Amino acid sequence: MSREATNGVPCGARVLTLDTMNPNVRRVEYAVRGPIVQRAVQIEKELREVTFKTRRPGTTRGVKKPFTEVIKANIGDAHAMGQRPITFFRQVLALCSYPELLEDNKFPEDAKKRARRILDACGGHSLGAYSASQGIECIRQDVARYIERRDGGISSNPDNIYLSTGASDAIVTILKMLVCGEGRDRTGVMISIPQYPLYSAALADLGAVQISYYLEEESCWSLNVTELRRALNEAKQHCKPRVLCIINPGNPTGQVQSRQCIEDVIRFAKEEHLFLMADEVYQDNVYADGCKFHSFKKVLFEMGPEFSSKVEMASFHSTSKCYMGECGFRGGYMEVINMDPQVKAQLTKLVSVRLCPPVPGQALLDLVVNPPQPDEPSYSTFMKERKAVLADLAEKARLTEEIFNTVPGITCNPVQGAMYTFPRIALPQKAIDKAKEQGLVPDMFYCMRLLEEEGICLVPGSGFGQKEGTFHFRMTILPPTEKLKVVLQKIRDFHLKFTQEFS
Amino acid sequence: MYLFTEIGSNVKNMKQLEYLVLAKQTKKVINELRQGVIKPYTEVIDVCWGDPHRAGIKPLSFVRQVLAACLYPQLLESDKLLVDVRQRAKRLLEACDGGSVGSYSPTTGIPEISQKVSEFIKKRDGGVPSYPENIYISPGSQWSLANILNVLVNPEASLRTGVLTPVPCHITTITSLMGMGAVVIPYYLNEEQGWTLQVEELQRALESVKGVCNPVALYVINPGNPSGLVQSRKSIQEVIQFVSEKRLFLLADEVYQDCVFGETAEFVSYKKVLAELGPPLSDTVELASFHSASKGFMGECGLRAGYVELVNVDPTVMQYIENLFSTFSGAPTLGQIALEVMTNPPQPGDPSYPLYKKEMQQIRTTLVQNVKRVYEVLNSLPGFSCQPVEGGAFAFPTIHLPPKAIQRAKEAGMEPDTFYCLRLVEEAGLLISPGCEFGQKEATYHIRFCIMTPQDTMVEILKRLSNFHTKFVKEFS
Repeated sequence: MSREATNGVPCGARVLTLDTMNPNVRRVEYAVRGPIVQRAVQIEKELREVTFKTRRPGTTRGVKKPFTEVIKANIGDAHAMGQRPITFFRQVLALCSYPELLEDNKFPEDAKKRARRILDACGGHSLGAYSASQGIECIRQDVARYIERRDGGISSNPDNIYLSTGASDAIVTILKMLVCGEGRDRTGVMISIPQYPLYSAALADLGAVQISYYLEEESCWSLNVTELRRALNEAKQHCKPRVLCIINPGNPTGQVQSRQCIEDVIRFAKEEHLFLMADEVYQDNVYADGCKFHSFKKVLFEMGPEFSSKVEMASFHSTSKCYMGECGFRGGYMEVINMDPQVKAQLTKLVSVRLCPPVPGQALLDLVVNPPQPDEPSYSTFMKERKAVLADLAEKARLTEEIFNTVPGITCNPVQGAMYTFPRIALPQKAIDKAKEQGLVPDMFYCMRLLEEEGICLVPGSGFGQKEGTFHFRMTILPPTEKLKVVLQKIRDFHLKFTQEFS
Repeated sequence: MYLFTEIGSNVKNMKQLEYLVLAKQTKKVINELRQGVIKPYTEVIDVCWGDPHRAGIKPLSFVRQVLAACLYPQLLESDKLLVDVRQRAKRLLEACDGGSVGSYSPTTGIPEISQKVSEFIKKRDGGVPSYPENIYISPGSQWSLANILNVLVNPEASLRTGVLTPVPCHITTITSLMGMGAVVIPYYLNEEQGWTLQVEELQRALESVKGVCNPVALYVINPGNPSGLVQSRKSIQEVIQFVSEKRLFLLADEVYQDCVFGETAEFVSYKKVLAELGPPLSDTVELASFHSASKGFMGECGLRAGYVELVNVDPTVMQYIENLFSTFSGAPTLGQIALEVMTNPPQPGDPSYPLYKKEMQQIRTTLVQNVKRVYEVLNSLPGFSCQPVEGGAFAFPTIHLPPKAIQRAKEAGMEPDTFYCLRLVEEAGLLISPGCEFGQKEATYHIRFCIMTPQDTMVEILKRLSNFHTKFVKEFS
């Protein structure tokens, strides 16, 4: 005999089940760490067991693979791929962590000066104290000054700067604030296809409506306002569009938007009453000749007061990309522009739930916006390291495009910026059919085979969105050059073999 | 004229922190001090948050040395750091992708660290098994809690999801729940009995929302915040029985488990008690327990690392929980390293052990003295009454406010205890929190302040507080 409890759940049944859980959470997908990565991690484990077996024969039986390591070219993690950290940054952070090192003469004076200044701004002179939820004030001031320098003097108010746990945290916070309404009035958020799947995941989690606008692969993934308008007008029928997200330089596509394009987007946002979210975390990663990073804020202000006093937007930056690659610090910020002070007060509530962003990440951000100056001892090493990282990435971007375009069936747009390539792959019909048989999306099928046969982990284009009937994969350009050459070659060989097999 | 004035209703409904108005006043006071304005004090003492470093407690040397070596591996070559520091840093760097603390860590935490955490839990609970797959690391325990709540709170259900929460309760949890559109179902802790949790009160709270919302979870804080109670084994058993009968998911916030000072108090984890109760309870009660690197004697709040351990949760739902953590919540590597050191500290025989032991002992002595002093001083002052602080990081005494002061506060559109705290900052340079921030019985007033401070700071805090209170009561008599 079973008894019902007060809230209607019969005794013996779990409280939290597939049926009772938040349905939005069930819709969240994040391809960058999705099933293919889980399989890659599994294979790595198996490879380790094989090694173990050869050391002590007769123990755990591993699976033999035609490769000895898995190359994880799925995630934009520079350090994981061997990129070295910037010496100066690590010196200052070590000094901040263990201030006794301030007595050590092996550390340069400019590093010590920065460390003392940061510690003075921390509660109890410790990185371990909570900071204000919005972030340490003097660091926000430094960020504002950096933005002013970057944007040719256009003023930036530290009160509009919110430090965050990586840019992702700030992006999700803004979306959480802006998503409202029920049914046909539910907030619609415009996001590019292809897009970085944090956006689609956040929209699913918030129960917001995703409004997809397609980038033009034929013209190097450029953004066309006509397409924005098409997507918007269609969406108006079933939701209330409020937000337009743009990633520049692009992820996964790598395109660096032209100034004209940015102006067009701003104009469009103003006409259609959209809040603009400009994800600019790759702003230092620009490689192609003729391409230049233009910050949305700068262009907005240069368009005159008719725009600069009206358009409401947020721009995002992070310590995870560019030349720093310090993903593990979870450092980032957003700058909000023209936001209603009452709405800002609401934002304050949201950020307080996180208590505060990681203080070492805030400290790192401070160094990024306030790097060694020409008259300081660490300057030359700093510049040398920075230049080397960016030059290396530029070379790898070029190499990737060059090699992929030699493969029949792979078409690769120039990698103008960011850290990825998103080539289009032609899949034979038989392969598409085989994939369907196995219940897999065709590019997932392709990528899984590549993983199993070559130990290379990429992310299928379906995880980012793509035009119906087209297939892509995203690969990072981060492995060291020699390894990258090997990877490119292996993918080329695999593609030819795969095409042959399913012809 | 702003276009975007409409925001999500859940966000609108979130309570604004009383702290903001106090922070603003504190900033003004600090600026005035900088400008040379003469005040009856030369610096502001900030004991508003559970933040030992801010209050003056020094970081533990071992963890900071390990962090420095991980950040700047050139230090591994030097003899300045003891050999166990260097070995630990080396091992942890090897656990990081690319051997750098700058790389992303796997979805739910660096596996070697999750492993150490599970070993710590098993040891703590006298051998009750703990599995790394059930442990998710995030930037602070509140982040983990928010993820679990996100799964529990169903925005599409016809009846809103409700969560039982204590009064008084740590404000971040309340705000988080409101931000998700959940209903906060308050259950009152019994102040006269030392802030104990009474099951009858849980029952009353549950009944009060019949038909109003759908209660799915019970949130408990042990040791309490702000209450300072360390729950007895019996009380924990009662709570477990209750959630089992009423079919509630149990959320056990245990971040202060290493802060236990009462002579007879002993922390025992919900998981351990659950295991001791045996089947069917031990196999069916769904439990999430939370811990953090922010609390305890290490107190590394700013590094942002905490975790949740899940027990008896549906394996299919676990997949979605893992997905949520992997999409939105990478914990910073340095925080994870602090968590590792916290759960795996230097052992007798290690070169760093003597200093570690000395520092821990110093902090423990300080805190034991502090809670004793707070209890004695406040209970001997007219206008205060304070329950024993058995654990946690705070004192939460009742303050008796003169009716004229209450009236003045109401005229100013302010909660009386906020008004009191505002005047305290201005006149005594002491920043603490008003009881209304955490919830309290109608017409009672409290204050909360952190007791994790150096001893002489605590003496000064109590001096400023009692002097101010005497003056305040006189002014409004």
